[in-house]
Amino acid sequence: MKVLVAVKRVIDYNVKVRVKPDNTGVDLTNVKMAMNPFCEIAVEEAVRLKEKGVATEVVVVSIGPKAAQEQIRTALALGADRGIHVETDEEIQSLAAAKLLKAVVEKEQPKLVILGKQSIDTDNNQTGQMLAALCGYAQGTFASEVVVEGDKVNVTREIDGGLLTVALNLPAIVTTDLRLNEPRYASLPNIMKAKKKPLDTVTPADLGAEIAPRLTTLKVEAPAQRQAGIKVGSVAELVDKLKNEAKVI
Amino acid sequence: MSILVIADHDNKVLKPATLNVVAAAQKIGGDVHVLVAGADCGAVAEAASKVAGVAKVLHADNAAYGHFLAENLGLLVAEMGKGYSHVLTSAGTTGKDFMPRVAALLDVAQISDIIRVDSADTFVRPIYAGNAIATVQSSDAIKVITVRPTGFDPVAAEGGSAAVESVGAAHDAGISSFVKEELAKSDRPELTSANIVVSGGRGMQNGDNFEMLYKVADKLGAAVGASRAAVDAGFVPNDMQVGQTGKIVAPQLYIAVGISGAIQHLAGMSDSKVIVAINKDEEAPIFQVADYGLVADLFEAVPQLEAELDKVL
Repeated sequence: MKVLVAVKRVIDYNVKVRVKPDNTGVDLTNVKMAMNPFCEIAVEEAVRLKEKGVATEVVVVSIGPKAAQEQIRTALALGADRGIHVETDEEIQSLAAAKLLKAVVEKEQPKLVILGKQSIDTDNNQTGQMLAALCGYAQGTFASEVVVEGDKVNVTREIDGGLLTVALNLPAIVTTDLRLNEPRYASLPNIMKAKKKPLDTVTPADLGAEIAPRLTTLKVEAPAQRQAGIKVGSVAELVDKLKNEAKVI
Repeated sequence: MSILVIADHDNKVLKPATLNVVAAAQKIGGDVHVLVAGADCGAVAEAASKVAGVAKVLHADNAAYGHFLAENLGLLVAEMGKGYSHVLTSAGTTGKDFMPRVAALLDVAQISDIIRVDSADTFVRPIYAGNAIATVQSSDAIKVITVRPTGFDPVAAEGGSAAVESVGAAHDAGISSFVKEELAKSDRPELTSANIVVSGGRGMQNGDNFEMLYKVADKLGAAVGASRAAVDAGFVPNDMQVGQTGKIVAPQLYIAVGISGAIQHLAGMSDSKVIVAINKDEEAPIFQVADYGLVADLFEAVPQLEAELDKVL
């Protein structure tokens, strides 16, 4: 079966972001960008399904500016077979991303689509669920285990109280949680090979999806800064402060 | 203008987060209706009818909603949501699962994890793991929103007397089914609503050592949390994880033990009222946000803490 994986280019997770002085957004100039960590886990899961003989082809798709091709190449180096780049410089919000991905799903007809559960920039946690709704597919969100059995996929999901396993009819959508797997590193030979793998570029217009933003960001501010407090010398002093100064115990 | 709040529950009890969501709905203004969808969840509908400020409770009782499968719940909420200006639920794993499906079915954007209401169409939410705060305005006719419970003070659980109306709509998409559930069992308060949280990190070294934290937590009536490092190392189950990818907490007191304070962890707890850090590395970033820091070996400090608490509590 064919597996489609969606990946997003985001600011590297180790970077301490800075809000622009004019409050229009976060400063992304000269900041290290990388594949969203949850998307890396999605790629790894698809590649593992291929290594198990469950998946026959892994197609990776990314929506974004020209530079997003770097992240597609990374996915190809990790073992994906070919890439699709939906090239746009517009701001693509979750609903628009889901509509673009739906058009790709209709064209590619994958049995399984794997996405990260959320991107670490917007922290929306929406796209996979929206794609599932638009396609009329079942969804296995926050997956920590994915087992394909015949025409169904069993997904163990991380929920607030513990774990919950659901059985989904294929085709289905899965979104990854951090504990699904440990992504591999791309070896240099694989990085070289990835340069020769096919990568098609399409535009949102080619896909015929409506991508106008529904939400307007009025401003972006730095959060209120917490001040470092005091260092106490002993446990007894700590308990005394908590009881008599902070009055929280 | 009326607002539909989807109750968070387990078919038996109404989860406290619902009270925070009703509070957020009241900030928007308008009649607040609560939808209780589940299986054999009459007691929850009853509890919801007593919540202060609720005008009406809609009770959809059907086996198809019993396990809160997003495929079925999404269809129900999207159908019912058409009559409302706002549809809200708490940003727990259930709400995060079905709500974007509702938004897509209604062809509207979703505003995730709001921490403040500025007006009926303008909301405030954290982005970049809480390192930036965005104010967003929606142009959609129906605003579909998940609410971060810790952002709003809860309304009273008693005092209301809303009518309960039965909803017959049975939506079963027939594309997904429940297989099994493994819930972590604990007598301690729920992490996201606890007044005091004691959390352990990689410094705990193994799962057995968490016993020390459980003892302290039980003295304080606290919940126990963990950093991602502690979860990944297998010390504790994942539902204890506090952070960007785990739970968001904002207790009165947060005690971080053996936690360095990575950006992703701070995203989950930096709104706590008082933060205490116990760490032997005095350069650990956690000390930059801690109100009270103790540079010490946790294996000495935590048993001492337990002993000191005995003296004062």
